[in-house]
Amino acid sequence: MGTARETADGREHLSRVVIDPVSRVEGHGKVSLLLDGQGRVREARLHIVEFRGFEVFIQGRPYWEVPVMVQRLCGICPVSHHLAAVKALDHVVGAAHVPPTAHKLRRLMHYGQILQSHALHFFHLSSPDLLFGFESEPGRRNIVGVAAAHPDIARQGVLLRKFGQEVIRATAGKRIHGTGAVPGGMNRHLAGEDRAALAAEAERMVQWSHEAVGLVKRLHRADPALYDGFGAFESGFLSLVRGDGAMDLYEGGLRFRDADGAIVFDHVRDQDYRHLISEEVRPWSYMKFPYLRRLGPQAGWYRVGPLARVQNCDFIPTPLAEAERREFIDHGRGAPVRATLAYHWARMIEMLHAAELIRGLLADPELLAGPLVAEGPRANEGVGVIEAPRGTLIHHYQVDDDDLVSLCNLIVSTTHNNQAMNTAIRAVADRYFDGRALTEGLLNHIEVAIRAFDPCLSCATHALGQMPLALELHAADGSLVDRLARD
Amino acid sequence: MSGQFQLDGQAVPFEDGQTILQAARAAGRYIPHLCWHPDFPPHGSCKLCVVKVGGRHLSSCAAPAVEGIEVESDTAELRAERRALLQMLFVEGNHFCPSCEKSGHCQLQAQAYEHEMMSARFAYFYPPRPVDASHPDIVLDFNRCIFCELCVRASREVDGKNVFALSGRGIHKHLVVNAESGRLADTDFAADDLAANICPVGVILHKRQGFRVPIGERPYDARPISRVELAAGGREADE
Ligand code: SF4
Ligand code: FES
Ligand code: NI
Repeated sequence: MGTARETADGREHLSRVVIDPVSRVEGHGKVSLLLDGQGRVREARLHIVEFRGFEVFIQGRPYWEVPVMVQRLCGICPVSHHLAAVKALDHVVGAAHVPPTAHKLRRLMHYGQILQSHALHFFHLSSPDLLFGFESEPGRRNIVGVAAAHPDIARQGVLLRKFGQEVIRATAGKRIHGTGAVPGGMNRHLAGEDRAALAAEAERMVQWSHEAVGLVKRLHRADPALYDGFGAFESGFLSLVRGDGAMDLYEGGLRFRDADGAIVFDHVRDQDYRHLISEEVRPWSYMKFPYLRRLGPQAGWYRVGPLARVQNCDFIPTPLAEAERREFIDHGRGAPVRATLAYHWARMIEMLHAAELIRGLLADPELLAGPLVAEGPRANEGVGVIEAPRGTLIHHYQVDDDDLVSLCNLIVSTTHNNQAMNTAIRAVADRYFDGRALTEGLLNHIEVAIRAFDPCLSCATHALGQMPLALELHAADGSLVDRLARD
Repeated sequence: MSGQFQLDGQAVPFEDGQTILQAARAAGRYIPHLCWHPDFPPHGSCKLCVVKVGGRHLSSCAAPAVEGIEVESDTAELRAERRALLQMLFVEGNHFCPSCEKSGHCQLQAQAYEHEMMSARFAYFYPPRPVDASHPDIVLDFNRCIFCELCVRASREVDGKNVFALSGRGIHKHLVVNAESGRLADTDFAADDLAANICPVGVILHKRQGFRVPIGERPYDARPISRVELAAGGREADE
């Protein structure tokens, strides 16, 4: 598996297509295709072109500053970094088990982030492609276009996201870059009026999330050839699961299933992630390639995120999402669902689960009162693993006796999916590019495949902001033959 | 003896021996300041308290109140000058407010808000200033020092310990710990010393407290520093 067509033979004689950077994903990435004289794809790569090692900013800082500092890793998923960091540092302050109130508040914050992130990704970034077609007029492929054609869908998307952001604000203090979680617990309760306001909306959020799952299912059924075939490939799946096998996005043990769906590892303690996972460096990308040690880099890579989680767990512990999960599993007819576009379906099932879970949590009076912080014997090391919207996120710190961080290692969700994204663009390039002329619509197919993973290149590269899209075709001698650009 | 002077066109009474800043503060009128502290003699280093009297710039924390003078403070010109001073303080140190645990409780940050400082304007110096975390209860993050010497003065004059000193000149000026090793752990510094609790910015910090008080619930989150200061001075600001 894996590295076919990563490096072509005689590549200096091939012409080059570059999509730079990928639009509507966060951060700065570049796709390059090398074509031979017949226009066949000979090489396809997703490059990460910028990297600033965030770890060096963390090392030497007091540990209690870290959960706030790491939010600057990424403007898109600050809450996930915030929580992964405090979970790691809970171990350092001797509070692997934080008080129940703090635990529930953190869960609420986390599922708020899942909901807002999934809503943003589906409605704002992906629904234009899915509703209008990959080759539709580019000017219309955005949330404004969706609002014009499907006002209800666009409105629900905006309000779902807003609800998730409100959950974050109420628990973390701010919509972005809050400071709610501290090593050992939380620094605030949920305010009574915030709970009342959120609870009043929760039922509608469950309903709309349910409708969103229905929408993705309809899209799948309307064009099964596209949805099941587009960028499909075999891979293993990695995620956390709860002790009883349930989906749990906040905590659990690591489970790995192979390409046939068989469990290879189960309930591996998060503190032991290093025994399980290693990372390979390849000279052409700044983003590393993680793999399971036991299977090696060729066979041991995997997918993380919604597609992995929905299939990795044994059940989802909320009823509506569980019914949807069963339907999703049935769709695979006994085999794992492998299609790249099925990420969207799985993502909406998770959004529904998050909405149901938030609705349940909001009824819990423990959010409003009770001890917030625990403390125990001080330790010098901690690992925090959380299922962020985009997949498994690992924070690992060592703290010296003076309370300064001496080691920091981060493996972000998007990095876990590095090999998978490269494999997806190769699959798509094979199927849609061979012998055909360069068009914006064709190139958008590549982007659609990358976007399905909801990559946060911002996280993976620490480059903030989106860049305009430029596409370049180079002849074998390196000269520019053709260029396509959009904002 | 007592008298009266004009501050931005309004009368301010004073007692003999009061500075312009003290008299203004007693009258519920705010003049910005950073290195001045009510319990210590004026230091005169930050120049944020600059006012104009008869066309001349004066540090109001040090200049005595004088009968009949006309003092300008809240003018566009002086606000711009103060903003520039703040901008220089920001680039001379390494101030990263978003992850600083003193955020909302830091006078430098609060003054930047007060003076509508929107950018750093000048090039950052990025001085290398390593953290001293050797002490069991206190961490020193020298990156944020503005050289007000409040800790130096408090340690020497109140705590009777003389733990801190300033060393070097100009851009090489820095705060040092008076120990042969240069480490705070090798002094008799204690967490309840006044010097451990007086830093107006985020240099001298109590360990492991960090973000226990939520951002948003800190003194300068709720009200601008001018209001907080006047309340501390016993007078609410005029609306
Ligand atoms: S450490 Fe704080 S109190 Fe001491 S000189 Fe620096 S800014 Fe002033
Ligand atoms: S307050 Fe007067 S010079 Fe600093
Ligand atoms: Ni991110």
